[in-house]
Amino acid sequence: MQNIIEAHELTKSFEKITAVDRVSFEVNGGEIFGYLGPNGAGKTTTIRMLTGLSKPSNGKASILNHDIRSEITQIKKRIGVVPESSNLYDELSGFDNLVFMAQLFGVDKNERVRRADELLRIFGLFERKNDPFRKYSRGMKRALTIAAALIHKPSLLFLDEPTVGLDVVAARSLRNLIKNLRSQGITIFFTTHYLEEADLLCDRVAIIVKGKIIRIDTPKALKESSETGTLEDAFIKITGLSPTVMVMEKGGGYNVAR
Amino acid sequence: MWRDNLRAIYYIALKDMKTYYLKPPAISWGIVFPITWILAFYLRMPGDFRDLVPGLIAMTILFSTTAAEAVVINFELRLGSLERLLLAPVTAWAVLMGKILGGTIFGIMMTAIVAIGSILTLGLHPHIGYMIIIILVSCFLFSALGALLCVMVKEVFEAQTLLNLPRFIMIFLCGVVYPVSKMPVWLQYISSVMPLTYTVKGLRESFLPGSAPIIFRDISILLGFLLLCVFWAGSRFKRKFE
Repeated sequence: MQNIIEAHELTKSFEKITAVDRVSFEVNGGEIFGYLGPNGAGKTTTIRMLTGLSKPSNGKASILNHDIRSEITQIKKRIGVVPESSNLYDELSGFDNLVFMAQLFGVDKNERVRRADELLRIFGLFERKNDPFRKYSRGMKRALTIAAALIHKPSLLFLDEPTVGLDVVAARSLRNLIKNLRSQGITIFFTTHYLEEADLLCDRVAIIVKGKIIRIDTPKALKESSETGTLEDAFIKITGLSPTVMVMEKGGGYNVAR
Repeated sequence: MWRDNLRAIYYIALKDMKTYYLKPPAISWGIVFPITWILAFYLRMPGDFRDLVPGLIAMTILFSTTAAEAVVINFELRLGSLERLLLAPVTAWAVLMGKILGGTIFGIMMTAIVAIGSILTLGLHPHIGYMIIIILVSCFLFSALGALLCVMVKEVFEAQTLLNLPRFIMIFLCGVVYPVSKMPVWLQYISSVMPLTYTVKGLRESFLPGSAPIIFRDISILLGFLLLCVFWAGSRFKRKFE
């Protein structure tokens, strides 16, 4: 299978910190690739570099055989990005938001309305298509944000923490949708810190901690090699991060137990 | 590529018009404020109202083009929707030009209402061609100036404060209500580096017969300011997102 993403020694440094430190990985066509790590590990920064929102300080990467530094416009035509927050336009209706995205991505004039309606149906939002985005529930906003990223039929979809803040039902339908997108041949680069979710969805995962990738493997292989039953336990064992528990002491103060 | 950029500029401007400009706050700031302000000045110092028309048109250009720029740039930056535009397969320049074009179109619409209203009600006979050129160039220029100031800061309130500073200084120093020639010489020097001076001058000259050479000089100066603002804003915007 062709590599859709190839990152080599990709690095992003800000003034005093290195947010992403020489990460290298490949993502195969048609797979769901999980990029796992605790908050602040460098997941979003990696996505920002790969999608042209931030320039790498060092290293190189290519997406769909285009270099991220010199051919970012060609890349943007073929990728969809769902950021962590649902950032469509509150004043515009769900339908108008999708049509606007179609206009920006150069979707053919005759195709825009048809495609917007099709996505609204797929995501169960058709009945509310004329409601302003601000009136949507959080789950609906999330769904429309994903629909907006799919308007131009991308080959690769970046999903940054897609289920954060969703209730159980909305999160489950979103996971089903992600599986469905994969079955349509869309490659998915997926960041999360919900390890159970990654276990359910991902073909392979990379574990990133403090800007460095420490393991890349299938969830099954990670569990087997760490002799644990869940990806969460495997993650804790591999990263050496232990859960912190705040225990209330008798005097009213708190103590940290590990 | 250039076609993709042009398309994005057009649709971003259209979306901003629909979402932000054609709303009561922008309309009130863009047109009601300049008219009220000029009327207040006239009531305080009554005279020939026709003398105030170039200043009124200039003020409408200034306030309408910059009426919602803090929102279209800084508010969208805060919400993350500006980043969504930057994920489109177009250049950062095209995104910024779309923002500038939205302010320009709104400015032209508001200024047209004020200019046509003034000409018809007061029976004025300007050189329409010159007046249109001055209005078009000035709307583009002040929208670009507003965008430049907005990309220099992050927050909406910072942008609004920064926009108000040149706006109010220019009202007083650029001949909107008080002729520049009657100001102290040192103030005239300051006035000469402010673009609104040339808008007011150009508009005044459009009411005078045979003023073509002077008007073209004013238009050239306005075009110079326009290029400066567009390129400066463009480079700041590009740097901000790299």
